[in-house]
Amino acid sequence: MADAARPSIAACPACSAAPSAEALAERDVAVRDARIALSLPTIHCSACIAKVERALAAYPGVHEARVNLTLKRAQVDAAPEVMPQDLIAALDAIGYEAHELDPGTIAATQTDKAGRDLLMRLAVAGFAAMNVMLLSISVWSGAADATRDMFHWISAAITLPTIAFSGQPFFRNAWAALRHGQLNMDVPITLAIVLAVITSLWETSLSGAHAYFDAALALTFFLLAGRYLDHRTRAIARSAAEELAALEVPRAMVIRDGAEVQLPVAEVAVGDIVAVRPGGRMPVDGEIVSGTSELDRSLLTGETVPVFAAPGQAVSAGEVNLTGPLQVRATAVGAETSLHRMADLVAIAESGRSRYTSLADRAAKLYAPGVHILSALSFLGWFLYTWDVRTALNIAAAVLIITCPCALGLAVPAVTTAASGRLFKRGMLIKHSTALERLAAVDTVVFDKTGTLTEGTPELTNMGSHARADLQIALALAEASAHPLSRALAQAARGAGITPAKVTDLTEVPGYGTQGLWQGLRVRLGRASWVEAPHATVETAAWLSVEGRAPQAFTFSDRLRPGADEAVRALMDAGKRVILISGDSTQAVEALAARLGITDWLAEALPDDKLSRIEQLSQEGRNVLMVGDGLNDTAALAAAHVSISPATALDAARVASDIVLLGGDLSPIAQALDTARAATRRIRENFRIATAYNIIAVPLAVAGLATPLIAALAMSASSITVSLNALRLR
Amino acid sequence: MNILTYLIPISLLLGGVGLLGFIYTIRSNQYDDPEGDSRRILNDEWDDHPKP
Repeated sequence: MADAARPSIAACPACSAAPSAEALAERDVAVRDARIALSLPTIHCSACIAKVERALAAYPGVHEARVNLTLKRAQVDAAPEVMPQDLIAALDAIGYEAHELDPGTIAATQTDKAGRDLLMRLAVAGFAAMNVMLLSISVWSGAADATRDMFHWISAAITLPTIAFSGQPFFRNAWAALRHGQLNMDVPITLAIVLAVITSLWETSLSGAHAYFDAALALTFFLLAGRYLDHRTRAIARSAAEELAALEVPRAMVIRDGAEVQLPVAEVAVGDIVAVRPGGRMPVDGEIVSGTSELDRSLLTGETVPVFAAPGQAVSAGEVNLTGPLQVRATAVGAETSLHRMADLVAIAESGRSRYTSLADRAAKLYAPGVHILSALSFLGWFLYTWDVRTALNIAAAVLIITCPCALGLAVPAVTTAASGRLFKRGMLIKHSTALERLAAVDTVVFDKTGTLTEGTPELTNMGSHARADLQIALALAEASAHPLSRALAQAARGAGITPAKVTDLTEVPGYGTQGLWQGLRVRLGRASWVEAPHATVETAAWLSVEGRAPQAFTFSDRLRPGADEAVRALMDAGKRVILISGDSTQAVEALAARLGITDWLAEALPDDKLSRIEQLSQEGRNVLMVGDGLNDTAALAAAHVSISPATALDAARVASDIVLLGGDLSPIAQALDTARAATRRIRENFRIATAYNIIAVPLAVAGLATPLIAALAMSASSITVSLNALRLR
Repeated sequence: MNILTYLIPISLLLGGVGLLGFIYTIRSNQYDDPEGDSRRILNDEWDDHPKP
């Protein structure tokens, strides 16, 4: 296949029949080499780079490995027999955590073409602005007559091609807006640049004293700098978000002709039998054909109690298989799965969010028409006063340049770049460009329970109420299973210094529990119905039965996520209304609410209930921050004013939220609200600074007193003040 | 003032060299890993000869 697709390199038709040895070798390398991308979240120093690269290069079959510290990634060129798992194990051995990344998903971030393009335009504009400024300073310091004209002509020769190249992003945006009969920030920018160049050319051809070439270039340069900052902030967020998606390499074990084949999820067809190991996530919607197990549906519904699974039962993509291997016949794959349909709903809900107008847009709406009217009026006024088009046009251009939106163009990106950088260091990824502004307005915080405030891993709560001998039996039985409840029980018992009792004939019955023989008696640890226990507890429980005695319950509660307590307390102290909404049972939700001191809670909520509660709060005029992770939260996440999801959340939930919490800790949420408020305050301050400069300079321009020197001073001074003010953000 | 005939082209040329240098750095992906590159320079592993 590769042969046919490859264009012939040979120069003559006869040669192409026998490809050169060089071409063959080259193709072989291309076919053989696999590119493996690894995410390395823990590397941080130059020694790390060297250690990781050396370890990877030393691995047999690896041709080349290169670490990118900025992205915390490694790219490996290796022979096809090298499996990512082997490399991950090799890195684990030298103490570095590594995860496989889906190379297809992150390929888009490899070369950031748009960013490079902007940087190139910025560099050209900067170069031209410097040179023209040198010439302009000579003019301002007294060059006259022929020398001045020559300087102006050289400036024009530099300016025209530069504007034509560097100004393109503005021209294109302005044209797009005008075609739809709208005004955006780029229209006055384009008008100012074009008018400045035209009047300057005219003045120069008439040997005039005032040319605004330097102003046109400085305008382009400062605005491009703002654009570039803006782009970079977004590119970093996008690449990190893509990395999260790439972490889940979607594969499924499909049974074909009696053998298990590993396939990308996209290639699974309806009717295929898919094998799901214990601990694996369902890749497709389907029906169980063989095996019994328990399913953890907490990501989909918020329930913490595992559900029993047996042949004939329907399963949805995203559920986690806990104990026994299952075989599932696929009934819906890919975009047809309930998981994806939910994600589509999110996309629809998200379109509602575009109703929010950012501060910058609101400023632009006031600014753009104002500037046009002001400049048109000064043109008209001076024309009627002097009947001289040249003077009138000169003054109109001066007004447009002086009211230049330089500072406005920098006001927002400089602050958001600084703020998102700060938050990224604390483990928060800002995905949406207006998320910070919306976050600043939040007065109500809605939390989901399972997986958000809690880790979704159980914790034993009633160890004290059991006899030591029973605990020993339970520990022995629990250690024979990988079920989350068993693991939690074993961990708690080991932690308390319990040693396992001697239990023989240990077997795990998938979907039910583990059993064995203890001193000739049959002992079981598992589901209530299996050990014939009364259904007395509503809490998550595992039951221990010893033959001849009544079964006893080991109850569990969900472990709190680190920082949950601090986050909730800090938010309440800051006067926010905190609400807990969960799909879990009333008792579990009430217990957690009491533990965290939340008085406002809602249990057994369906996804629609969550959504309607959020909508109701919004209608009351509240700005809601929704923090959630599950599929049942996605609609609510999309409907809220602003939303946060942890990195462990389901893909659909992460897509629906504006901010992703990269670490396991929740405590940055409260700080993020403060940072967002500070950032919004800075943005407003920046607008005020820009307006202040205008209030001083515009009357001068309208009165016809503005010179290119004043324009240059006002423009540079306001841009620099605004950028410095943004950097004050803590 | 005749000196300007030389000085202006020279200043433009020098500026142009800087611009071309910058374009070269963009083209050769030198801004892909700014953090890593600033650390790599402190590493003495390839001091004697360049990395093959």
